[in-house]
Amino acid sequence: MNAIETEKLTKYYGKFRGIIDLDLSVEQGECFGFIGPNGAGKSTTIRTLLGLIAPTAGCARVLGKDVQKEKTAILRDVGYLPSEAVFYGGMRVKDILKLSADLRKKDCSARAAVLCERLELDPGRKAEELSFGNRKKLAIICAVQSDPALLILDEPTGGLDPLMQREFFEIIKERNRAGATVFLSSHILSEVQRHCGRAAVIREGRLIACDSVEAMRDSNARRVRIEGRVDLAGLPGLKDLNVSEQGASFLYSGDMQPLLHRLSEGDVRDLNITEPDLEEIFLHYYGKGEPA
Amino acid sequence: MTILRHELKRNRTSCLIWTGAIGALLIICILLFPEMKGQMAGVGEMFSSMGAFTTAFGMDRLNFGTLTGYYAIECGNVLGLGGAFFASLTGAGMLAKEESGRTAEFLLTHPVSRRRIAAEKLLALGVLIVLLNLAVYGLAVGSMLVIAEPVPWKEVSLMHASYFLMQLELGALCFGLSAFLRKGSAGIGLGTAFLMYFLNLIANITESAKFLKYITPFGYCDGADVVSSGRIDGTMLAVGAGIAAAAILAAFLQYERKDIH
Repeated sequence: MNAIETEKLTKYYGKFRGIIDLDLSVEQGECFGFIGPNGAGKSTTIRTLLGLIAPTAGCARVLGKDVQKEKTAILRDVGYLPSEAVFYGGMRVKDILKLSADLRKKDCSARAAVLCERLELDPGRKAEELSFGNRKKLAIICAVQSDPALLILDEPTGGLDPLMQREFFEIIKERNRAGATVFLSSHILSEVQRHCGRAAVIREGRLIACDSVEAMRDSNARRVRIEGRVDLAGLPGLKDLNVSEQGASFLYSGDMQPLLHRLSEGDVRDLNITEPDLEEIFLHYYGKGEPA
Repeated sequence: MTILRHELKRNRTSCLIWTGAIGALLIICILLFPEMKGQMAGVGEMFSSMGAFTTAFGMDRLNFGTLTGYYAIECGNVLGLGGAFFASLTGAGMLAKEESGRTAEFLLTHPVSRRRIAAEKLLALGVLIVLLNLAVYGLAVGSMLVIAEPVPWKEVSLMHASYFLMQLELGALCFGLSAFLRKGSAGIGLGTAFLMYFLNLIANITESAKFLKYITPFGYCDGADVVSSGRIDGTMLAVGAGIAAAAILAAFLQYERKDIH
């Protein structure tokens, strides 16, 4: 049984495209990345899986259960971390954690206390006074405290400082090692690369790649900007080359050594090598045809 | 019953404020009665000769000089409008506020069916209306005892019962609307209460618009009608119960299949 299985899953908001013909399968126990730029349909997919919205066509099963007919049963075993968590006003952190546990008919107080400690969240604080990062921590604990079989995480690290991000992934990995499936939606490629075994890429509502992260790493490109003059002719792994009088800019996915060699031979006044944004990667590496 | 408890807590302050405001106005009105009674001979005549205005508020059929008549007009409007606003506002917000406050995502990703959520919220609405009415009834009767007037038990109890039923109907109607709303529930709630209130005034003034009394819940809790007939109109009540039931059914059906954004 797969933890998540969608078949030609489609959602339109009136005329607006949400997702189209999405075929996704996430095995039980894996840590699966779901990558795509903002507005690609990541949240739409997740909301459909959680039963918040009904698909226009196609079907989806979570933990072997139909998302439309067995919504409540699915939610019993799913912990969800929304990208932007909003809580009820006038409640303290511990009240919200208790409410979440009560809605699950579980006593998670011991677990919640440990998690608050690890994420350095004061249970006595009022929820509406929390910063964005602290709200995120609260949402994380809500999602994790009941030890669910499937964790669905939507942009989980936004607002968390690097130290907390590390602690967060430590917690997620512990759950994963204990058998939980993790579905991690993100637009940060490096995050998915570091933590997931397999990943799917979504763009404009359609799945454009689904592969092991290893395979994706091979296509990991760098955006290189050079001020000066370098002979780039015949260099393999070059894409989207723009040459101007001042210099050149291109995406590079080949080995570093030959590039460095060429650079050292040329006349370089300034050099800038960065991780390209996802749009660029999708456009040049996953884009089967130009974007609409 | 986690959601019921949660809703009662969330609405506690609002319920206390409305109870306090309605109760305080009723107490003031009642405490003023002994002083007013002496001047009522003149005032009553004036009130009963203001044409349409008099008919609209039923002052042609009530004696302003008696506690019953005074209470039906002065306090009827306070409790009628106040209670209606509270029930409509609370009802209209019940489901919609989760979306406007963006907490729907939190609530609906817990393993509780939407039917269950709607049911517990509806129950919470009912409990809040009961609590407000019990408190207000107690305060009103208490103040009558304080001014040492004989309490017109039957009339006062009937009036309060009719206002209570009216609030239940309005609450249910707005609860039904709430399932279709994503935001702006306060406006819809207040608007519904206002509309229903004025429909009854129109029905009182215009003979050809009498049928409106069957549509608005204010129709069966008009103090003048209730006091003069000594009962609450059964037909109007039945229509009201039908409207409430339809609204609740619509709420459940809509909430089950609603997309939550």
